[in-house]
Amino acid sequence: MIHTFKFLDSYILTDVESGSIHLIDAAAYEVINSPMPYALGYDKALVDEILSELSHLKALGQYDSESEHIELDYDVDKQPIKSLCLHVAHDCNLRCRYCFAGTGEFEGERMLMGEQTAKQAIDFLIANSRNRRHLELDFFGGEPLMNFDVVKKTVEYGRERAKQAGKEINFTLTTNGINLNDEIIDYINENIFNIVISIDGRREVHDFMRSTVNGKPSYDLILDKAKKLISKRKGEYYIRGTFTANNLDFASDVLALYNAGFKNISIEPVVLDENEPYALTKEHLPKIFEEYERLSEMIIADKLAGGDLNFFHFSVDFSHGPCLKRRIKGCGAGFEYVAVAPNGDIYPCHQFVGNSEFIMGNVAEPYNFDREMQKSFMKCNILTKQKCIDCFAKYYCSGGCAANANKYNGSIYIPHEMTCELLKKRIECAMGIYAKTRAEE
Amino acid sequence: MKHIKTINTPGIKNTKVSGCGECQSSCQSACKTSCTVANQTCKQENK
Repeated sequence: MIHTFKFLDSYILTDVESGSIHLIDAAAYEVINSPMPYALGYDKALVDEILSELSHLKALGQYDSESEHIELDYDVDKQPIKSLCLHVAHDCNLRCRYCFAGTGEFEGERMLMGEQTAKQAIDFLIANSRNRRHLELDFFGGEPLMNFDVVKKTVEYGRERAKQAGKEINFTLTTNGINLNDEIIDYINENIFNIVISIDGRREVHDFMRSTVNGKPSYDLILDKAKKLISKRKGEYYIRGTFTANNLDFASDVLALYNAGFKNISIEPVVLDENEPYALTKEHLPKIFEEYERLSEMIIADKLAGGDLNFFHFSVDFSHGPCLKRRIKGCGAGFEYVAVAPNGDIYPCHQFVGNSEFIMGNVAEPYNFDREMQKSFMKCNILTKQKCIDCFAKYYCSGGCAANANKYNGSIYIPHEMTCELLKKRIECAMGIYAKTRAEE
Repeated sequence: MKHIKTINTPGIKNTKVSGCGECQSSCQSACKTSCTVANQTCKQENK
């Protein structure tokens, strides 16, 4: 399978199975996409030349190459769980208009996770990690810094248990930044491998969506603290924002964050039912695509000028990246990655939390973990999802988000079309940026 | 070649180690809402 597309002023050809990427001229683009290339009006010699070049690439395995046969093992008894999303707080000190977690409580009661539950979650992770050495635990919420004491105790306990088991846990934390202070900033920079701070971009965009419990704007409460944290940081970080129907010009939000001194930025499409205010719909797609292209132009210009703006979804290593098996299996939700609610209930991922149909067990009773549900998530991959099999982006998105699929289509096996369209466009842009900057070099 | 400039030779099939599972889960890195697996790095290549 191949895929061709126009990107800004260039044409790009990719061989889906091998991941090869080629810049092609307009004539080659037309010839490849025509069922009758000799009827296009070009000289016969030119068409012959293009077809000859394509034959050469095919011989090299870089054009219309065959897929590799991969067998996946669906034995849940051999499947390690390596990542936990720990909901240490189902409460929040912001009231964001678009929050998929309600106002932090995930449609349940407001609750902080107790130390005992957090320790049981660590025990569950270690016990189920089998031979995996690198484990991950993300402190999430609600707002995890509303339960900072339990965060610290969990890190301490996790380190101790990991050391005993000959493993390593990388801790990450996702915060709205409100509760950051000097003590917490220093703690995070010393102990947290990756910190994600939520800022939506421009002050007015952020403040409209993200207000305090009292309805006050929050941008000024966060920005300087986030800057301070990043200025002292050696580890990884991302500034993560959300775009909605209200800021379809979100490239300006990426630029605002970059101009504020942040380099690692992720601006994500909002997850809302299509009838909700601020939701993204199919009618918005042309404008969103234009905006991804505008952002691409900004990033290319920045790269060529020696800048270091890193936009999460365009940051794909096309020459290496994860192995084929990982690309087939997807994000890992429900089989190698699970989320734990403050009451200890286990869900396939953070976006399923609060949906009682998807409770897989409780960390207080680890022997009752739902292996059948784990197996159903293992089997949900790009080899089994009909929509993915013929998609050019399958090895990059790896089947998309199971939670989105379930939310919009009622099945983890039926990807959400709108999400697919956004993802395909982002992959094209990432590929285009890579091709154009490599060609310039 | 006159009409085609190859930017990237096979990247996906070239992965030497397959399926060790030591790499990061994608939703742990930044997104939390929209999946991109290909921007994860391979732990084996980091060794």
